[in-house]
Amino acid sequence: MTIDWRELVRASLPALALAALLAAIFWLQPRAMSYQGLNLLLNLSIPIVFATLAQMFVLTVGDLDLGIGGFVTFVACVTVTWLAEAPLVGVLVLLAAIGLYAAVGALIELRNLPAIVVTLGMSFVWFGLAVIVLPSPGGRTSEWLIAAVRLRPPGIPLAILAAVVIGVLGHLLLMRTSFGVVLRGAGGNPRAITRAGWSMLQIRMTLYALAGLMGVMAGLTLAGITTSADANIALRYTLLSIAGAILGGSQFTGGRVSPIGAVLGALVMTLAASFLAFLRLNPDWQIGVQGAILILVLALRALLDRVAGGASR
Amino acid sequence: MSTLVALDGLEKRYEAVRALAGVDFGVVAGEVLGLVGHNGAGKSTLINVLAGTVVPDAGRIRVAGEDLTRGYDVTTATDRGIRCVFQELSLCPNLTVAENTRIVHRSIKGQGWQGRARALIMATLDAIFPGHGIRPDRRISDLSIGRRQMVEIARAFTETDTAVRLVILDEPTSSLDSTAAEQLLAYVRRRQADGVATLLISHLLGEILSAADRVVVMRDGKIVADRQASSLSRDALVGLMGHVAGQPGEAEGRRRLTASHVLDGPGPGGRHRLQLRRGEVVGMAGLAGHGQTAALLAVFDRPREFRVAAPLAFVAGDRQSDGVFPLWSIKDNIAVRCFAALRRNGLLDEGAVTRLALDWQKRIGIRTPDVDNPILSLSGGNQQKVLFARALASDATIILMDDPMRGVDVGTKSEVYALIRQEAASGRSFLWYTTELDELVHCDRVYVFREGEIVAHLQHDEITERAVLQASFRADDPLVA
Repeated sequence: MTIDWRELVRASLPALALAALLAAIFWLQPRAMSYQGLNLLLNLSIPIVFATLAQMFVLTVGDLDLGIGGFVTFVACVTVTWLAEAPLVGVLVLLAAIGLYAAVGALIELRNLPAIVVTLGMSFVWFGLAVIVLPSPGGRTSEWLIAAVRLRPPGIPLAILAAVVIGVLGHLLLMRTSFGVVLRGAGGNPRAITRAGWSMLQIRMTLYALAGLMGVMAGLTLAGITTSADANIALRYTLLSIAGAILGGSQFTGGRVSPIGAVLGALVMTLAASFLAFLRLNPDWQIGVQGAILILVLALRALLDRVAGGASR
Repeated sequence: MSTLVALDGLEKRYEAVRALAGVDFGVVAGEVLGLVGHNGAGKSTLINVLAGTVVPDAGRIRVAGEDLTRGYDVTTATDRGIRCVFQELSLCPNLTVAENTRIVHRSIKGQGWQGRARALIMATLDAIFPGHGIRPDRRISDLSIGRRQMVEIARAFTETDTAVRLVILDEPTSSLDSTAAEQLLAYVRRRQADGVATLLISHLLGEILSAADRVVVMRDGKIVADRQASSLSRDALVGLMGHVAGQPGEAEGRRRLTASHVLDGPGPGGRHRLQLRRGEVVGMAGLAGHGQTAALLAVFDRPREFRVAAPLAFVAGDRQSDGVFPLWSIKDNIAVRCFAALRRNGLLDEGAVTRLALDWQKRIGIRTPDVDNPILSLSGGNQQKVLFARALASDATIILMDDPMRGVDVGTKSEVYALIRQEAASGRSFLWYTTELDELVHCDRVYVFREGEIVAHLQHDEITERAVLQASFRADDPLVA
């Protein structure tokens, strides 16, 4: 038995990127290396991790979700209004939203539509609904939700704990269960899956519903952290989630995904923002730096493939 | 011996083509049955019906005496122990060997499924291909094509809750080396004792004759022969696959071509040069997918290598994926190759485009009331005419054709043949890949392809179906001409 070192290095790239970023931050600001410091640094990462997982579920079947930012915004707006005022209505609306996500998956499958177009259209629907629900910034998150995201578990900051739990659960579901195998197979070779007697419709609906569930979790935690919302609150989540998932080793071709990588990718994207603050750079540079990190990691991966490809030939 | 599968009166039509024209077909438990036929004979439609991936227009499907015609699908087929190894691989490249095994077995789930999947596929691989060297946790995309095929074949023989009763192998040895191919055929024969039947499709006639008990020959959507293998020879099979009277190409007073080459390059495989003279129609024959399209694309993409001395145009065969622009009008689809020449003051001259389109509509007979209509309003045959018009309207004098008559009705075909002859007479040259033997009579010379190489070069008076079939089907060992 030989270890496939190429696969190993590939898989550890997002972890290495995270470590490098953390090292740089600790070097710039040693006080960040504490419970409180990490808590502050990673405070905003939980909703981004959820949104990235949502994106990854859609990437699993080879689609791209351009509506996740709008969806998270909508959920956050529902959370600070209906869910706080009439919890039952709020829960029903959120469940219906997940159902609608699955329905979008069904539409894409049945009509053989490009997911990128459908989800882009849906993003306008979600942003529009968000404005209807919450016309002006405000609202108030329920106390239980605020308390939940402010939880301070002993020894390990909530954001890190959450990241570990989400990553492990996602890994078990998608990479280890016999059910997850079929979901990933659908991204790799849909014809083979159909020939084996599985329904692509059910598979796509399942993955989109999972994405919807993750989107709801992202919206809930985001509203918990910010305690109020506005109709632009998660505008950037679409691109952040794509960047995080790709950085974490998922590929646009479908079937090649990594839940743990996606979680790490989301953390890198979050930290990139804080890193700028420590450099005392204008926050306007944030997107640029996030993009630069993405390019760097992807370039390293491509380089790795080339070197390994040359060696094996 | 009991009949395992009985198909009665199967009919299947794709647009103008009758893929199955009343086929009665049966498989007996425990037999090895060979199925042969040239391109478009209906073999793959037949096995797709058996596997449950194609629904026939008419006919009856019975398995072990039970009528299952209504709602027969993949699940029904697998539940009755019918498995199919398709020619294009049906493995998920992103999954491991063990995970791909799980995909086809619903019962492999729950606690410890991975261990069970690994054990199952490894046991079968060991039984069929001893010394295969495949590890169950390797991803399919990391395996060589030969090993992928081994995994796919072994997977078809794995059993969980239902026993395997019939395995359909479509060109199973095409990417296996000779050792693995022998191992497979030996295994197939061993399993006969358990009552497992095998349906074997192969272009290696020697393989069919040595492995099969019985051989069924298809032609034009019908079964034309059903014989014991022991009573057949390779020559007899070739004779059965072609039309009885293999007439040499119709003469029609072909002039001796002395013109210089407009294309002259190394042919794939290196045994024959790929050459084309002015005014010549040269055919590319052989079984579908044996390198003809690749050769055409090589000429198109690397004209320098082939010393191409004139402008090229390409007529696509797969209309939907690389032929028409589905959102454009008929006239734009015709004129797109000439847009550069139809400019006035740097902008496209709409009037010139329309004139060109109307001219070609008349010359080639595109049936539409208005060339401004969307291309998709045309029938398949007329869309194909548009693609011909696109190439012929251009300044190109070398026309590369990638099996353009697929699924085209007979009327359109004869119109296009006349057009090709007429254009050749006026000095254009055609390099024509065709999967239909009948079309080769229109060619001055024919290159026969097999396994990516040109294996035969037939002059005009040597072009017979028999000669083409002889060259297309390999009898013996590799690299023996």
